[in-house]
Amino acid sequence: MARNPTPLMWTLFGAGGMLSALLFPIHIFLLGLAFPLGWLEGPSYESLHALVTHPITRLYLFAFISLPLFHWAHRFRYTINDLFQLKQGTGIVAGICYGAALVGTFTAAYTLWTLS
Amino acid sequence: MADTITLDVARYGPETDSEPSFQSYEVPCREDWVVLDALNYVKDQLDGSLTYRWSCRMGVCGSCGMMVDGQPKLTCAVPLSDYAPGPVRIEPLQFFPVVRDLVVDINDFLEKLRKVQPWIVRDEEKPIAEGEYRQTPAQLEAYKQFSMCINCMLCYAACPVVGLEEEFTGPAAIALAQRYNLDSRDQGAAQRMETLDEHDGMWGCTFVGECTKVCPKNVDPAGAIQLYKVASATNWFKSMLLPWGSK
Ligand code: SF4
Ligand code: FES
Repeated sequence: MARNPTPLMWTLFGAGGMLSALLFPIHIFLLGLAFPLGWLEGPSYESLHALVTHPITRLYLFAFISLPLFHWAHRFRYTINDLFQLKQGTGIVAGICYGAALVGTFTAAYTLWTLS
Repeated sequence: MADTITLDVARYGPETDSEPSFQSYEVPCREDWVVLDALNYVKDQLDGSLTYRWSCRMGVCGSCGMMVDGQPKLTCAVPLSDYAPGPVRIEPLQFFPVVRDLVVDINDFLEKLRKVQPWIVRDEEKPIAEGEYRQTPAQLEAYKQFSMCINCMLCYAACPVVGLEEEFTGPAAIALAQRYNLDSRDQGAAQRMETLDEHDGMWGCTFVGECTKVCPKNVDPAGAIQLYKVASATNWFKSMLLPWGSK
Protein backbone atom coordinates (compact mmCIF):
# COMPACT_ATOMS: atom_id res chain seq x y z
CA MET A 1 0.00 0.00 0.00
CA ALA A 2 2.45 2.72 -0.98
CA ARG A 3 0.28 5.31 -1.66
CA ASN A 4 -1.58 8.03 0.11
CA PRO A 5 1.02 10.41 1.62
CA THR A 6 -1.32 11.62 4.38
CA PRO A 7 0.39 9.59 7.15
CA LEU A 8 3.74 11.17 6.20
CA MET A 9 2.24 14.66 6.20
CA TRP A 10 0.64 14.00 9.55
CA THR A 11 3.95 12.80 11.01
CA LEU A 12 5.68 15.97 9.83
CA PHE A 13 2.77 17.94 11.24
CA GLY A 14 3.08 16.22 14.61
CA ALA A 15 6.85 16.59 14.76
CA GLY A 16 6.61 20.25 13.76
CA GLY A 17 3.93 20.89 16.36
CA MET A 18 6.00 19.35 19.08
CA LEU A 19 9.14 21.26 18.09
CA SER A 20 7.34 24.57 17.94
CA ALA A 21 5.57 24.03 21.23
CA LEU A 22 8.79 23.09 23.01
CA LEU A 23 11.41 25.28 21.40
CA PHE A 24 9.74 28.39 20.02
CA PRO A 25 9.01 29.86 23.45
CA ILE A 26 12.68 29.48 24.40
CA HIS A 27 13.92 31.10 21.20
CA ILE A 28 11.39 33.90 21.39
CA PHE A 29 12.21 34.53 25.01
CA LEU A 30 15.99 34.60 24.51
CA LEU A 31 16.38 36.22 21.10
CA GLY A 32 13.18 38.25 21.04
CA LEU A 33 12.98 39.55 24.60
CA ALA A 34 15.78 38.74 27.01
CA PHE A 35 18.79 39.71 24.87
CA PRO A 36 17.37 42.80 23.12
CA LEU A 37 15.81 44.16 26.32
CA GLY A 38 19.00 43.52 28.25
CA TRP A 39 17.46 41.14 30.82
CA LEU A 40 20.25 38.75 30.04
CA GLU A 41 23.56 39.45 28.48
CA GLY A 42 23.49 38.30 24.86
CA PRO A 43 26.35 36.53 23.12
CA SER A 44 28.69 38.54 20.94
CA TYR A 45 28.33 38.45 17.17
CA GLU A 46 31.43 36.30 16.87
CA SER A 47 30.35 33.67 19.32
CA LEU A 48 26.84 33.52 17.88
CA HIS A 49 28.29 33.23 14.39
CA ALA A 50 30.57 30.44 15.52
CA LEU A 51 27.60 28.69 17.07
CA VAL A 52 25.39 29.00 14.00
CA THR A 53 28.03 27.77 11.58
CA HIS A 54 28.68 24.65 13.61
CA PRO A 55 27.32 21.64 11.65
CA ILE A 56 25.11 20.48 14.51
CA THR A 57 23.54 23.90 14.87
CA ARG A 58 22.90 23.97 11.13
CA LEU A 59 21.11 20.66 11.35
CA TYR A 60 19.18 21.84 14.37
CA LEU A 61 18.12 25.03 12.64
CA PHE A 62 17.10 23.11 9.56
CA ALA A 63 14.70 20.95 11.55
CA PHE A 64 13.63 23.95 13.58
CA ILE A 65 12.60 25.83 10.44
CA SER A 66 11.36 23.08 8.20
CA LEU A 67 9.17 20.95 10.49
CA PRO A 68 7.07 23.82 11.85
CA LEU A 69 6.47 24.88 8.23
CA PHE A 70 4.94 21.48 7.59
CA HIS A 71 2.95 21.85 10.77
CA TRP A 72 1.59 25.11 9.45
CA ALA A 73 0.91 23.65 6.00
CA HIS A 74 -1.12 20.73 7.33
CA ARG A 75 -3.14 22.79 9.75
CA PHE A 76 -3.74 25.60 7.27
CA ARG A 77 -4.82 23.13 4.64
CA TYR A 78 -7.51 21.65 6.88
CA THR A 79 -8.55 25.07 8.11
CA ILE A 80 -9.11 26.25 4.53
CA ASN A 81 -10.98 23.08 3.60
CA ASP A 82 -13.25 23.26 6.62
CA LEU A 83 -13.70 27.01 6.61
CA PHE A 84 -14.85 27.16 3.01
CA GLN A 85 -16.35 23.68 3.15
CA LEU A 86 -14.45 22.71 0.03
CA LYS A 87 -15.56 19.63 -1.81
CA GLN A 88 -13.46 20.28 -4.88
CA GLY A 89 -10.03 21.78 -5.20
CA THR A 90 -8.76 20.28 -1.97
CA GLY A 91 -5.84 18.88 -3.97
CA ILE A 92 -4.87 22.38 -5.08
CA VAL A 93 -5.05 23.70 -1.51
CA ALA A 94 -2.88 20.81 -0.33
CA GLY A 95 -0.43 21.44 -3.18
CA ILE A 96 -0.09 25.12 -2.35
CA CYS A 97 0.30 24.54 1.40
CA TYR A 98 2.79 21.69 1.26
CA GLY A 99 4.46 23.37 -1.71
CA ALA A 100 5.05 26.51 0.35
CA ALA A 101 6.49 24.39 3.17
CA LEU A 102 8.79 22.69 0.66
CA VAL A 103 9.97 26.01 -0.74
CA GLY A 104 10.68 27.18 2.80
CA THR A 105 12.52 23.96 3.51
CA PHE A 106 14.72 24.30 0.42
CA THR A 107 15.41 27.94 1.15
CA ALA A 108 16.43 27.05 4.70
CA ALA A 109 18.59 24.18 3.48
CA TYR A 110 20.29 26.39 0.91
CA THR A 111 20.86 29.25 3.33
CA LEU A 112 22.19 27.02 6.08
CA TRP A 113 24.39 25.08 3.67
CA THR A 114 25.99 28.17 2.13
CA LEU A 115 26.33 30.10 5.36
CA SER A 116 29.94 30.84 6.04
CA MET B 1 -36.39 27.40 42.80
CA ALA B 2 -39.46 27.73 40.63
CA ASP B 3 -41.59 24.62 40.73
CA THR B 4 -42.15 24.50 36.99
CA ILE B 5 -39.87 24.84 33.98
CA THR B 6 -40.60 25.43 30.31
CA LEU B 7 -39.34 22.95 27.73
CA ASP B 8 -38.95 24.26 24.19
CA VAL B 9 -39.12 21.05 22.23
CA ALA B 10 -38.33 20.67 18.53
CA ARG B 11 -41.26 19.13 16.67
CA TYR B 12 -41.24 17.77 13.17
CA GLY B 13 -43.66 15.52 11.36
CA PRO B 14 -42.62 14.52 7.86
CA GLU B 15 -46.24 14.37 6.62
CA THR B 16 -47.24 17.84 7.75
CA ASP B 17 -44.13 19.98 8.25
CA SER B 18 -41.59 21.23 5.78
CA GLU B 19 -39.24 22.11 8.60
CA PRO B 20 -38.96 21.67 12.36
CA SER B 21 -40.63 24.12 14.72
CA PHE B 22 -40.61 24.53 18.49
CA GLN B 23 -43.42 23.80 20.89
CA SER B 24 -43.36 24.87 24.54
CA TYR B 25 -44.51 22.76 27.44
CA GLU B 26 -44.64 23.75 31.07
CA VAL B 27 -43.66 20.86 33.30
CA PRO B 28 -42.92 20.41 37.01
CA CYS B 29 -39.28 20.98 37.83
CA ARG B 30 -38.67 18.32 40.41
CA GLU B 31 -35.39 17.97 42.22
CA ASP B 32 -35.16 14.24 41.50
CA TRP B 33 -36.02 14.46 37.79
CA VAL B 34 -33.73 14.14 34.83
CA VAL B 35 -34.54 15.79 31.51
CA LEU B 36 -35.98 12.52 30.23
CA ASP B 37 -38.51 12.48 33.09
CA ALA B 38 -39.77 15.85 31.91
CA LEU B 39 -40.24 14.50 28.38
CA ASN B 40 -42.05 11.47 29.74
CA TYR B 41 -44.30 13.82 31.69
CA VAL B 42 -45.11 15.68 28.48
CA LYS B 43 -45.88 12.44 26.69
CA ASP B 44 -48.04 11.04 29.50
CA GLN B 45 -49.87 14.17 30.61
CA LEU B 46 -49.73 16.87 27.97
CA ASP B 47 -49.14 15.64 24.45
CA GLY B 48 -49.07 11.97 23.55
CA SER B 49 -47.86 12.74 20.04
CA LEU B 50 -44.34 13.73 21.15
CA THR B 51 -41.90 11.20 19.72
CA TYR B 52 -38.46 10.38 21.12
CA ARG B 53 -36.32 7.36 21.92
CA TRP B 54 -35.40 5.99 25.28
CA SER B 55 -35.24 2.66 26.98
CA CYS B 56 -33.09 1.93 30.00
CA ARG B 57 -33.32 5.24 31.87
CA MET B 58 -29.93 4.53 33.40
CA GLY B 59 -27.24 5.51 30.91
CA VAL B 60 -26.77 2.06 29.47
CA CYS B 61 -28.76 1.71 26.27
CA GLY B 62 -27.55 4.88 24.58
CA SER B 63 -30.88 5.69 22.93
CA CYS B 64 -31.93 8.91 24.69
CA GLY B 65 -29.27 11.25 23.28
CA MET B 66 -30.57 14.71 22.37
CA MET B 67 -29.35 18.27 22.18
CA VAL B 68 -30.17 19.93 25.49
CA ASP B 69 -29.63 23.67 25.29
CA GLY B 70 -27.39 23.05 22.30
CA GLN B 71 -25.21 20.38 23.92
CA PRO B 72 -25.38 16.66 23.12
CA LYS B 73 -26.53 14.89 26.30
CA LEU B 74 -27.96 11.62 27.49
CA THR B 75 -31.29 12.98 28.66
CA CYS B 76 -31.60 10.26 31.29
CA ALA B 77 -28.33 11.38 32.85
CA VAL B 78 -28.78 15.16 33.19
CA PRO B 79 -30.78 16.59 36.10
CA LEU B 80 -33.62 18.82 34.99
CA SER B 81 -32.87 21.25 37.81
CA ASP B 82 -29.48 22.00 36.20
CA TYR B 83 -31.45 24.00 33.65
CA ALA B 84 -33.67 25.92 36.07
CA PRO B 85 -35.19 28.44 35.80
CA GLY B 86 -35.37 27.55 32.09
CA PRO B 87 -36.60 27.60 29.45
CA VAL B 88 -34.60 24.64 28.22
CA ARG B 89 -34.33 23.77 24.55
CA ILE B 90 -34.58 20.11 23.51
CA GLU B 91 -33.64 19.19 19.95
CA PRO B 92 -32.71 16.03 18.07
CA LEU B 93 -28.99 15.21 17.86
CA GLN B 94 -27.45 17.54 15.34
CA PHE B 95 -25.90 16.38 12.03
CA PHE B 96 -28.38 13.49 11.79
CA PRO B 97 -31.42 13.47 9.53
CA VAL B 98 -34.60 13.79 11.61
CA VAL B 99 -37.27 11.11 11.28
CA ARG B 100 -39.84 12.70 13.58
CA ASP B 101 -39.65 15.15 16.48
CA LEU B 102 -36.59 14.07 18.47
CA VAL B 103 -35.94 10.81 16.66
CA VAL B 104 -33.01 10.75 14.24
CA ASP B 105 -32.12 8.39 11.43
CA ILE B 106 -29.19 6.24 12.53
CA ASN B 107 -28.75 4.12 9.40
CA ASP B 108 -25.68 5.98 8.21
CA PHE B 109 -24.11 5.58 11.64
CA LEU B 110 -24.84 1.85 11.67
CA GLU B 111 -23.34 1.50 8.22
CA LYS B 112 -20.16 3.23 9.40
CA LEU B 113 -19.98 0.90 12.39
CA ARG B 114 -20.36 -2.12 10.13
CA LYS B 115 -17.60 -0.88 7.84
CA VAL B 116 -14.93 -1.11 10.53
CA GLN B 117 -15.75 -4.81 11.08
CA PRO B 118 -16.45 -4.54 14.79
CA TRP B 119 -16.05 -8.21 15.56
CA ILE B 120 -13.12 -10.52 16.14
CA VAL B 121 -11.47 -11.28 12.82
CA ARG B 122 -9.30 -14.39 12.63
CA ASP B 123 -7.12 -15.54 9.75
CA GLU B 124 -7.96 -19.03 10.82
CA GLU B 125 -10.21 -20.21 13.63
CA LYS B 126 -8.57 -22.74 15.86
CA PRO B 127 -10.47 -26.03 16.27
CA ILE B 128 -13.09 -25.99 19.00
CA ALA B 129 -11.31 -28.90 20.68
CA GLU B 130 -8.40 -26.59 21.47
CA GLY B 131 -10.62 -24.53 23.72
CA GLU B 132 -11.37 -20.87 24.02
CA TYR B 133 -9.08 -17.94 23.30
CA ARG B 134 -7.74 -16.92 26.66
CA GLN B 135 -6.82 -13.46 27.75
CA THR B 136 -4.85 -12.11 30.68
CA PRO B 137 -6.22 -9.20 32.72
CA ALA B 138 -3.56 -7.00 31.12
CA GLN B 139 -4.71 -7.99 27.65
CA LEU B 140 -8.28 -7.15 28.61
CA GLU B 141 -7.18 -3.84 30.03
CA ALA B 142 -5.59 -2.91 26.70
CA TYR B 143 -8.93 -2.43 24.95
CA LYS B 144 -11.45 -2.28 27.78
CA GLN B 145 -11.87 1.47 27.75
CA PHE B 146 -12.79 1.46 24.06
CA SER B 147 -15.29 -1.33 24.63
CA MET B 148 -17.42 0.78 26.98
CA CYS B 149 -19.14 2.62 24.12
CA ILE B 150 -22.96 2.49 24.21
CA ASN B 151 -23.45 3.86 20.67
CA CYS B 152 -25.25 6.92 21.94
CA MET B 153 -23.85 9.03 19.09
CA LEU B 154 -23.29 12.06 21.28
CA CYS B 155 -19.76 12.20 19.93
CA TYR B 156 -21.09 12.47 16.36
CA ALA B 157 -23.37 15.32 17.34
CA ALA B 158 -20.42 17.06 19.02
CA CYS B 159 -17.94 16.70 16.18
CA PRO B 160 -17.70 19.59 13.70
CA VAL B 161 -15.99 17.34 11.15
CA VAL B 162 -18.99 14.98 11.17
CA GLY B 163 -21.09 18.02 10.30
CA LEU B 164 -18.81 19.01 7.43
CA GLU B 165 -17.76 15.70 5.93
CA GLU B 166 -20.45 13.17 5.33
CA GLU B 167 -17.96 10.41 4.58
CA PHE B 168 -15.95 10.77 7.79
CA THR B 169 -16.17 7.50 9.72
CA GLY B 170 -16.55 9.40 12.97
CA PRO B 171 -15.42 9.01 16.58
CA ALA B 172 -17.37 6.04 17.96
CA ALA B 173 -16.76 3.82 14.94
CA ILE B 174 -13.02 4.52 14.97
CA ALA B 175 -12.87 3.88 18.72
CA LEU B 176 -14.68 0.61 18.13
CA ALA B 177 -12.22 -0.36 15.42
CA GLN B 178 -9.47 0.35 17.92
CA ARG B 179 -11.26 -1.78 20.51
CA TYR B 180 -10.89 -4.81 18.22
CA ASN B 181 -7.40 -3.91 17.00
CA LEU B 182 -6.16 -3.89 20.56
CA ASP B 183 -7.83 -7.20 21.40
CA SER B 184 -5.22 -9.96 21.64
CA ARG B 185 -7.64 -12.41 19.97
CA ASP B 186 -8.12 -10.27 16.89
CA GLN B 187 -6.17 -10.34 13.62
CA GLY B 188 -8.18 -7.88 11.57
CA ALA B 189 -6.17 -4.69 12.10
CA ALA B 190 -4.82 -4.60 8.54
CA GLN B 191 -8.31 -4.93 7.02
CA ARG B 192 -9.70 -2.19 9.21
CA MET B 193 -6.76 0.03 8.40
CA GLU B 194 -7.56 -0.24 4.73
CA THR B 195 -11.02 1.20 5.31
CA LEU B 196 -9.91 3.89 7.70
CA ASP B 197 -6.75 4.98 5.97
CA GLU B 198 -8.74 6.47 3.11
CA HIS B 199 -8.82 10.19 3.42
CA ASP B 200 -12.38 10.36 4.69
CA GLY B 201 -11.94 7.39 6.98
CA MET B 202 -10.04 9.00 9.81
CA TRP B 203 -7.83 11.70 8.35
CA GLY B 204 -10.70 14.14 8.31
CA CYS B 205 -10.24 14.34 12.08
CA THR B 206 -8.48 17.56 13.05
CA PHE B 207 -8.29 16.62 16.74
CA VAL B 208 -10.94 19.03 17.95
CA GLY B 209 -11.47 16.74 20.93
CA GLU B 210 -15.15 17.49 21.52
CA CYS B 211 -16.05 13.80 21.14
CA THR B 212 -14.03 12.91 24.19
CA LYS B 213 -15.53 15.77 26.18
CA VAL B 214 -19.15 14.78 25.60
CA CYS B 215 -18.72 11.00 25.87
CA PRO B 216 -20.76 9.79 28.87
CA LYS B 217 -18.69 6.59 29.12
CA ASN B 218 -15.17 8.05 29.06
CA VAL B 219 -14.36 6.11 25.92
CA ASP B 220 -11.98 8.85 24.71
CA PRO B 221 -12.64 8.47 20.99
CA ALA B 222 -10.25 11.35 20.24
CA GLY B 223 -7.46 9.36 21.85
CA ALA B 224 -8.44 6.30 19.80
CA ILE B 225 -8.20 8.30 16.59
CA GLN B 226 -4.78 9.65 17.55
CA LEU B 227 -3.59 6.10 18.26
CA TYR B 228 -4.90 5.11 14.87
CA LYS B 229 -3.03 7.90 13.15
CA VAL B 230 0.18 6.82 14.83
CA ALA B 231 -0.42 3.23 13.72
CA SER B 232 -1.08 4.35 10.17
CA ALA B 233 2.04 6.50 10.09
CA THR B 234 4.09 3.59 11.43
CA ASN B 235 2.68 1.38 8.68
CA TRP B 236 3.48 4.00 6.12
CA PHE B 237 7.12 4.21 7.11
CA LYS B 238 7.39 0.46 7.27
CA SER B 239 5.97 0.08 3.79
CA MET B 240 8.45 2.68 2.52
CA LEU B 241 11.48 1.20 4.21
CA LEU B 242 10.58 -2.46 3.87
CA PRO B 243 8.31 -2.53 0.82
CA TRP B 244 8.48 -6.31 0.64
CA GLY B 245 7.38 -6.79 4.26
CA SER B 246 3.95 -5.22 4.21
CA LYS B 247 0.76 -5.78 2.35
S1 SF4 C 1 -17.80 6.95 22.04
FE1 SF4 C 1 -18.91 7.78 23.84
S2 SF4 C 1 -20.13 9.48 22.96
FE2 SF4 C 1 -19.49 8.22 21.24
S3 SF4 C 1 -21.17 6.78 20.88
FE3 SF4 C 1 -19.70 5.75 22.26
S4 SF4 C 1 -20.41 6.19 24.33
FE4 SF4 C 1 -21.47 7.65 22.97
S1 FES D 1 -32.48 5.83 28.29
FE1 FES D 1 -30.86 4.40 28.03
S2 FES D 1 -29.12 5.70 28.03
FE2 FES D 1 -30.71 7.08 28.48
